[in-house]
Amino acid sequence: MASGKDLSVVICGGAGYGVQTVEDILAKVLKRSGYHVFATREYMSRVRGGNNSTEIRISSAPVDGMVDEIDLLVVLSPGVRENIRRRITQNTVIAADRSSVGEEFEKTDCAFFDVPLGEMAKEAGGAVYANVIAAGLVLGIADASTEQAEEYFLSRFGKKGDKIVDENRSACGKGLELGRGMAEKFPDLAPPKKDDTSSRRVMNGVQAVSLGAIAGGCDFVTAYPMSPATGVLAFAAQNTSDFGLAVEQVEDEISAVNMAVGASYAGASPMVTTSGGGFSLMYEGFSLAGVAETPLVVHLAQRPGPATGMATRTEQGDLNLAVHAGHGEFPRLVLAPGTIEEAYSLTARAFEIAHRYQVQSIVMTDQYLLNTFRDVNPDDLIAAKPDKCLMTSGPGYRRYEDVPNGVSPRSVPGLGKGIVGCDSHEHDEEGHVFEDFDLRVRMSDKRFRKGELLREDFVPADIRGPENWTRLVLCWGSTGPIVSEALIDLKLPDTALMRVRQIWPVAEDVVAAVERADELIFVEGNHDGQLENLIRSVTGRSAQGHLRNYCGLQFSVEQVREGLSRILG
Amino acid sequence: MTDPRIFDLPEADMAWCPGCGDFKILEALKKALADMDMAPEDVVVVSGIGQAAKTPHFMKCNFLNGLHGRALSHATGVKAANPKLTVVAVGGDGDMYGEGGNHFLHTVRRNPDIANFVYNNMVYGLTKGQASPTSPKGMVTPVQTRGVSSEPVNPLALAIVQGATFVARAFSGDVDHTAETMKAAIKHRGYALVDVFQPCVSFNKINTFKWFKDHTYRLGDEHDSSDRSAALALAMETERFPLGILYREEGRPTFEDSLGIYEKDDTPLHRRSPDVDKVRETIDSMA
Ligand SMILES: Cc1ncc(C[n+]2csc(CCOP(=O)(O)OP(=O)(O)O)c2C)c(N)n1
Ligand code: SF4
Repeated sequence: MASGKDLSVVICGGAGYGVQTVEDILAKVLKRSGYHVFATREYMSRVRGGNNSTEIRISSAPVDGMVDEIDLLVVLSPGVRENIRRRITQNTVIAADRSSVGEEFEKTDCAFFDVPLGEMAKEAGGAVYANVIAAGLVLGIADASTEQAEEYFLSRFGKKGDKIVDENRSACGKGLELGRGMAEKFPDLAPPKKDDTSSRRVMNGVQAVSLGAIAGGCDFVTAYPMSPATGVLAFAAQNTSDFGLAVEQVEDEISAVNMAVGASYAGASPMVTTSGGGFSLMYEGFSLAGVAETPLVVHLAQRPGPATGMATRTEQGDLNLAVHAGHGEFPRLVLAPGTIEEAYSLTARAFEIAHRYQVQSIVMTDQYLLNTFRDVNPDDLIAAKPDKCLMTSGPGYRRYEDVPNGVSPRSVPGLGKGIVGCDSHEHDEEGHVFEDFDLRVRMSDKRFRKGELLREDFVPADIRGPENWTRLVLCWGSTGPIVSEALIDLKLPDTALMRVRQIWPVAEDVVAAVERADELIFVEGNHDGQLENLIRSVTGRSAQGHLRNYCGLQFSVEQVREGLSRILG
Repeated sequence: MTDPRIFDLPEADMAWCPGCGDFKILEALKKALADMDMAPEDVVVVSGIGQAAKTPHFMKCNFLNGLHGRALSHATGVKAANPKLTVVAVGGDGDMYGEGGNHFLHTVRRNPDIANFVYNNMVYGLTKGQASPTSPKGMVTPVQTRGVSSEPVNPLALAIVQGATFVARAFSGDVDHTAETMKAAIKHRGYALVDVFQPCVSFNKINTFKWFKDHTYRLGDEHDSSDRSAALALAMETERFPLGILYREEGRPTFEDSLGIYEKDDTPLHRRSPDVDKVRETIDSMA
């Protein structure tokens, strides 16, 4: 059991077996029972069948990261894939219906609990309840609150009528009973601290990005569906009236970004949500936003490429894509949240900065982060009050006035008597095409003065470790918490962790930490070491070692722990 | 009626060839806006790239001169952010039907309340005379050296079939009729297409001023513009092209209507402040 106090439960099943429902029940009921929960999902790109899994860590202290270790494996349908099988150890307990999974686990050298899920489900009201029974089983092991479970089903299915609620409760109850009987198998799980989690909220990455955007003032969302970015589009679409959001699923990513630029020009605060393939199509529109100085936020949800790559898997392969997005030159902000709290706060921040400096912000997440649930303290979800930084224009208004800091006072059509121009060409102060080489230099310099402001008004990196560290481990985005847990386990007296949260422009704090370090080690979820290369290009400093993962799955804590021990000899 | 000269931009550096039909379209556009008593700050002219798309640089009003093919997406965004603005999207046939073909198709379906004026010279002007999607079959160009082999796009028929709520054609040689048609398009609530024939004196030696004169005719009063089948039949005529409003359907919800956010409150987005407390409430209501 990792850290000796948490329980790692993996639930497996084909698409359509309700793995996601189990995840939802467990995350919510366990949290309400006082536990801290973390859940992350991996799934295949298919609508039915295959075999997907979710890992849930149940703990009396907050946890944030994926582990390989499986304490309890609950199998809902046959065909458990190798990526799960290789994580089974002697200490793993397997719970499954032998009559359905058959001989699959015959040769595994671990405890097997035959749970007649099929039969029990029929008793409860139908085969569809097998997953609820499985959820109950885990709740029973954790000695979760029966009342909280009942309340969950009432709030989730109340609208569908008493019968559905009762059947769910009964199914869950059967599982709970079985689970309580198994609890002695898991003596290390510390009971939750009383009331520790009552003010905390279970949130996933999709919700964090979406709510962070709205908190940051987002009022316009356009997208073309592409995993794993679609969740944010769906969240926005399902909440248009609550938040006054204009939302459109457009014909392609090209239209998504150009509609957003048009809306921004007219005073909206837009976000496009996409993945690497979609963002590639957006380059031209992104450049338009750059030269036109219209605020725009791009949520770039990474999955492995090139091209279609692995549609439902995770990778950190798009750092270069974001930093170099577009043709020509213009400043932009690239942020990479690593936690659910940061997914909220940095998305809000992306809007704040986009408006303050009339620039484009990219928020980089990935499949792993978006599909991760965790309980969070709402006070850690931080957002400044939204401000579009607009002014009322007068008759002589010039949209691109060449002011000292480069940030021309911005108005929009209909806000005052002025005329507001906007152009994709190099333009004069009013926004009209004017082919003049001095003007080109002046306007380009004006735009890049805003880039300086992005360097000064930066999101600091998160640096943790002993005061007198000499070795720096660097990472970015969703691998951060995993590396952090691995380093805590390793207890290295000379090593600090730097999670770079503002990827571009590279800020002074990052440069200073890199320059102070005797040794640099990078951990990233890509083949090429994209952050490592970026830091070298800015600071001239090369790394002494690196750990990279690009198989399509997120690093586990153990992998990072072992990888770092190997590098550090 | 306002004087069309309020839309003049005296310092504009006109980049059109002498004798180009674009001048007449610009004149008609200014006249249409002035006739409707619009002020330059109420109007946004949105365009893509091409000779035609330079229009907003030659007149005084709000403008967004964006990317090749993307004017309809830009314009839809502008209107959705502020439905109080009068939004006009202009560009050439290559811009709107070629590079922007997909957006044309879907903008028609979306029905935003914008007027779309396409300067149709049946050739690419700015890039010097290659075939456009509306070039006649057989037209020889520096690129289509054996003559255009593809069937020309029929924008009017396409728009009608896809459910456009206003479809018209004009000829730049008749400024008054073009301005009248533009006015009707701007007044129309929903997407309004006016395909404006325009001779390119530099690159299209087939579809000249005289050719357009000889191959067009004005629709008479007997045409019932609410009759979709009749409109489609007219749009399919290619011997002589009808000028005027082929189809008009009032009352269909616009894209802005369907967004839902203007149902009870027509305030443009730039004047609204987001309800940040609701975000907190939502978080508090989570498990
Ligand atoms: C993405 C992209 N591809 C190509 C071009 C080059 N380009 C500029 S205008 C144009 C065609 C213009 O033709 P049309 O829209 O018919 O307008 P006209 O110049 O005839 O008025 C092209 C291909 C461009 N600006 N952007
Ligand atoms: S190239 Fe043709 S369309 Fe363009 S300005 Fe010259 S004549 Fe007009």
